Amino acid sequence: MEPIRKHEGLVYPLNRANIDTDQIIPKQFLKRIERQGFGQFLFYNWRFEDDGTPRENFSLNDKKYEGASILVAGENFGCGSSREHAPWAIQDFGFKVIIAPSYADIFYNNCLKNGILAIIQPEEVTEKLIEKAEAENYTLTVNLENQTIKDSTGFEVSFDVPEYHKEMLLNGWDEIAVTLTHEDKISQYEAAQN
Amino acid sequence: MSQPKTIVEKIWDQHVVHQEEGKPDLLYIDLHLVHEVTSPQAFEGLRMNNRKVRQPEKTFATMDHNVPTLDRYFIKDPVSKKQIDTLKANCEEFNVPLADIGHPDQGIVHVIGPELGLTQPGKTIVCGDSHTSTHGAFGALAFGIGTSEVEHVLATQTLWQNKPKTLNVKVNGDLGVGVTAKDLILAIIAKFGVRFGTGYVIEYTGEAIRNLTVEERMTVCNMSIEAGARAGLISPDEKTFEYIKGRRHAPAGEDFDIALEKWKALATDEGATYDATVEIEAAEVEPQVTWGINPGMGLPISANVPSPNTAKTAVEREEIERALEYMGLEADQPISSVKIDHVFIGSCTNSRLSDLRRAANIVRGKKVNPSVTALVVPGSQTIKLRAEEEGLDTIFKEAGFQWREAGCSMCLAMNDDIIPSGERCASTSNRNFEGRQGNGARTHLVSPEMAAAAAIEGQFVDVRKYSAPTLSS
Ligand code: SF4
Repeated sequence: MEPIRKHEGLVYPLNRANIDTDQIIPKQFLKRIERQGFGQFLFYNWRFEDDGTPRENFSLNDKKYEGASILVAGENFGCGSSREHAPWAIQDFGFKVIIAPSYADIFYNNCLKNGILAIIQPEEVTEKLIEKAEAENYTLTVNLENQTIKDSTGFEVSFDVPEYHKEMLLNGWDEIAVTLTHEDKISQYEAAQN
Repeated sequence: MSQPKTIVEKIWDQHVVHQEEGKPDLLYIDLHLVHEVTSPQAFEGLRMNNRKVRQPEKTFATMDHNVPTLDRYFIKDPVSKKQIDTLKANCEEFNVPLADIGHPDQGIVHVIGPELGLTQPGKTIVCGDSHTSTHGAFGALAFGIGTSEVEHVLATQTLWQNKPKTLNVKVNGDLGVGVTAKDLILAIIAKFGVRFGTGYVIEYTGEAIRNLTVEERMTVCNMSIEAGARAGLISPDEKTFEYIKGRRHAPAGEDFDIALEKWKALATDEGATYDATVEIEAAEVEPQVTWGINPGMGLPISANVPSPNTAKTAVEREEIERALEYMGLEADQPISSVKIDHVFIGSCTNSRLSDLRRAANIVRGKKVNPSVTALVVPGSQTIKLRAEEEGLDTIFKEAGFQWREAGCSMCLAMNDDIIPSGERCASTSNRNFEGRQGNGARTHLVSPEMAAAAAIEGQFVDVRKYSAPTLSS
């Protein structure tokens, strides 16, 4: 996993609540056995017509959001299926940070395991960010170390992140390796059960 | 006496391997269920790091999401075929037991866990699938995980987890005649919304829950994730123990009695406190139909589709408008006036023998409406066989239903069982998301009884008026 400390990037606003993982990556793309290459399928049914031509009315196809790396969305982002293909697609497409008022639990965990920083902000804040990003070319700087989000006009908010998640993200640790340092305890537990 | 505890706290405390200030707990996992879609990258991760599966005998794999339901041995799509072959190769390489295509135990992962007796009270159970909550019906702490976590469990038999908050969903009174467990859970989600369980483990309590059969409890727990909760469970009781007894992987003989003592101690103690409680009156629940694009957009069969004018916020208004457009419905139209093109009876929510029996009761001696294509997909090969022994397949086939092999099928339409764009399906599955049953497909979630009645009428009807005499059987 790549560590993430500070990230500056263009914001892509997606003003919808309850965006489910079936929308983030439809099931026809879950058949692949690789971890890479899912970005091309991100929001596939919203982005493309049945014949594969890009839909003009879906904002992610708008040139002005090209290269965006911060996704701002509505409540309950990532609900539904546990498919990790969803964060894989988001990451592979180029997003490094997500900002939303709330996330589905499994999706939130899946982001963390892949080094995507999923930030929770109250709806007033996400709405403001969405408004700005819809109106103009809008860039944010997210700093995980001091837990702040800033823009170039002096706007600044802080965000919470559990200490454990922060440490994992900052260091890009392999969680399994960390767990295996407790292997003696796992073995003890197993021995006690038998 | 020690502090009264909820079942969640009891199971949790029994499974903590390691605890450290400021960190999640390291939780031991008793049973890890695996399927073809969310596991290949996890096994690949093990290989890359030269790691083994720590406890192959606590791991059990099957194939369900991608399997054909017509000619099981012929997978047309080479990408699907590769995924199936990959699971087989991985199970061989890592010594994981597998109910392969063609194996008599094959079926939907959440159907076969309980069927084989792998699912037991007090266990921690995970699977790379969000409907793992189904196993909570037995008083197990069961939840869905992502592929990285699948790899973590394969390698360590543990997971780092924050102790969840507990939410008591108390269902008072009893359900009316012709109202099912599916209607109950749909009504709960419609009432409290698709986010109310986020961050919680739900425990379902109350008279109506106690009165449900074990299979009905599975239907309720199955859809906990649709309320945002990763897990939902029910304290085990005599019905639970009876259901497990004699199943292949259940403890037998003396071991059963020892297990029983432990299981009996699991139920939530009198006076234990939850972080939150909500209540619902069972008698108020009517047969449900969803009208929109998430499982919270549900209605009683007697109601009308909502209008954007009833929205409280701009976001909600937009959500209703988008849902109506996607679903091809008019604001304020009675849901019972909606004509359907397809019926799907199946999925880990409603594909067990009791579901098929109840649907068959409605269908018996009648014909599927000529405008409807109707499909029954049993949850497992065992169920299929049992149903055939009872003659349920004949009832369905004579009515004009197709009778298929076990798998997830049209619940997520990853195989060839797909609803064409713009067409409408009455489905006993658990998700009505856009495109779930096929790009542009319109899904209405219902109980098996409501689906069966809709198949015959070609539109939604109140099953209670439809065929009252058969309901008591
Ligand atoms: S039946 Fe549907 S919900 Fe259940 S495991 Fe299969 S795809 Fe998932």
